[in-house]
Amino acid sequence: MFKRILLATDGSEHSVRSAEHAIQLAKQFNGTIDVVYVVNEETSKHDVLHNGSKYEIERKRKEKVQLALDQLDGTAIDYNVQILHGEPGPSIVEYANKNDVDCVVIGSRGLNNLQTMILGSVSHKVAKRAHCPVLIVK
Amino acid sequence: MKLQEMKQSWFGNVRGDVLAGIVVALALIPEAIAFSIIAGVDPMVGLYASFCIAVVIAIVGGRPGMISGATGAMALLMADLVADHGLQYLLAATILTGIIQIIFGILKLSRVMKFVPRSVMVGFVNALAIMILTSQFQHFVGETWVMYTLVGLTLAIIYLLPRVTKAVPSTLVAIIVVTAIAIYGNLNVGTVGDMGALTQQLPVFLIPSIPLTMETLMIIFPYALSLAIVGLLESLLTANIIDDATDTESNKNTESSGQGIANVVTGFFGGMAGCAMIGQSVINVKSGGRGRLSSLVAGVFLMFLIIVLGGLVVQIPMAALAGVMIMVSISTFDWSSVRHLNKLPKTDATVMIVTVAIVLVTHNLSIGVLAGVLLSAIFFAAKISKINVTEEMDIRGQKKVYRVEGQLFFASVSEFPAKFDFADSVSEVVIDLTHAHLWDDSAIGALDKIEMKFEENNINVTYLGLNDESKQLKKRAGGLSKASGH
Repeated sequence: MFKRILLATDGSEHSVRSAEHAIQLAKQFNGTIDVVYVVNEETSKHDVLHNGSKYEIERKRKEKVQLALDQLDGTAIDYNVQILHGEPGPSIVEYANKNDVDCVVIGSRGLNNLQTMILGSVSHKVAKRAHCPVLIVK
Repeated sequence: MKLQEMKQSWFGNVRGDVLAGIVVALALIPEAIAFSIIAGVDPMVGLYASFCIAVVIAIVGGRPGMISGATGAMALLMADLVADHGLQYLLAATILTGIIQIIFGILKLSRVMKFVPRSVMVGFVNALAIMILTSQFQHFVGETWVMYTLVGLTLAIIYLLPRVTKAVPSTLVAIIVVTAIAIYGNLNVGTVGDMGALTQQLPVFLIPSIPLTMETLMIIFPYALSLAIVGLLESLLTANIIDDATDTESNKNTESSGQGIANVVTGFFGGMAGCAMIGQSVINVKSGGRGRLSSLVAGVFLMFLIIVLGGLVVQIPMAALAGVMIMVSISTFDWSSVRHLNKLPKTDATVMIVTVAIVLVTHNLSIGVLAGVLLSAIFFAAKISKINVTEEMDIRGQKKVYRVEGQLFFASVSEFPAKFDFADSVSEVVIDLTHAHLWDDSAIGALDKIEMKFEENNINVTYLGLNDESKQLKKRAGGLSKASGH
């Protein structure tokens, strides 16, 4: 049922918890995991300004997903890493829909109403627009 | 293949490019006017520049999806030239700037950009942000609370509107609302019209009316050189950001010549020198712009709006523009560099702060950048000029081995001989250079000197582990110095 699972990560603690759930799901259904990290335009600007070369940028981004990969490496689950560019919500939705992903696992930052209004909720956007079940990890 | 590529870069994303181009045009207008005022010229000069540069760069640029136009960095550099010599000299300097940039592109010099370290770039954007902010202070002098309130309102709309809708650029809404309040409230505040004329017509081709003499060249050349350096610096930085944000590659030499061509054309059509804009390019990509069409639409739509709405544009209060410039300054400034200043390596932090300080003292971004590059080069040389020498005595006490680690070159060899004990009681010395590299004649000279001093004390010197390059250099230079009587 959940053969191909998309795990959205941003290197935060929340995404570590999401990874645990994605791993449990994958084990249960013998599935594979696409680890997705999205770089938005502001992050691009910051990273280009603060790093000497594109190789340095690439290395730093790999470090961001490393937490999730460390968890995955302890299992027998097949996985691959995707670094996407754009707004996080729409990019995750586009990737999930295009690749016929069976389930998206994404962390919720646990914002209050005001913060959600100001920052916008990536997980809500994904839940609304993805064509597959979405697991929001709190 | 070539044709296919061209078609893709123009028409691969028509819908996204047209929509993003329109959004960018709306966001460009207030900035183009405000940057003209910083430079001390009529608003039309900045508007013509943004129009010409955006259109020309769409055709000849190397980075599709990037937006160029009149910018704050360039405006700040030309203010003195305008004040001292007037608009015609600025137009001539703009053309010369373009010529320098074209030469830069033809000589494929974009690779020298790698010598500008990140801490200098961070210093550059921070200095730029501070200068844009301070350039606005003059508009506050002698003003009333009405003006301050309008600035506050402008900023409030700019920062709060995106929480409600992102369909229209919030800067534009802020300007429209504040202008409407000023007009209908009959508020007696300074407007764009007070700062210069705004003609509702297309730019026309004109040769700047300046005497074509050596004296003129001596006046405009320093400005043109600064403009060319800063323009390319910001353009190539922006190109790198757009490369990363869109996950595509771009040709930096084509972009350099393209910026040059755009500036030459702009100068002949009465516009001021410009370059790529980080903020506007990010807005373009965020709005879905990827291809050349986005820049073309932005330029054409901007001109269309000015021709249709020019009468309204002159009524925009300066308070609204000052608000927009404060926002530009805040978003240009790299806040993380201040937050993490204590975490940065000390040399990086020093280079960044020195770059900012020199710009603020000289009011010239290019001097700050050159000083920053120089300083970081010195820091780098100092860092790699540490030589480590360890000694080891042979068991029988007749032979001593010196192991040398590090880079031997002019900056590192001054204290090198002092690390050897020439009055030793051994009869043989081995200098192990396995972990050392000889870079220049100074390195060879220092080794010769050491060898000579040992020989004076009848100690025989042999070398070990010279790498091939170092051996070649030693053979060439060492052979010569020996032959000349050492």
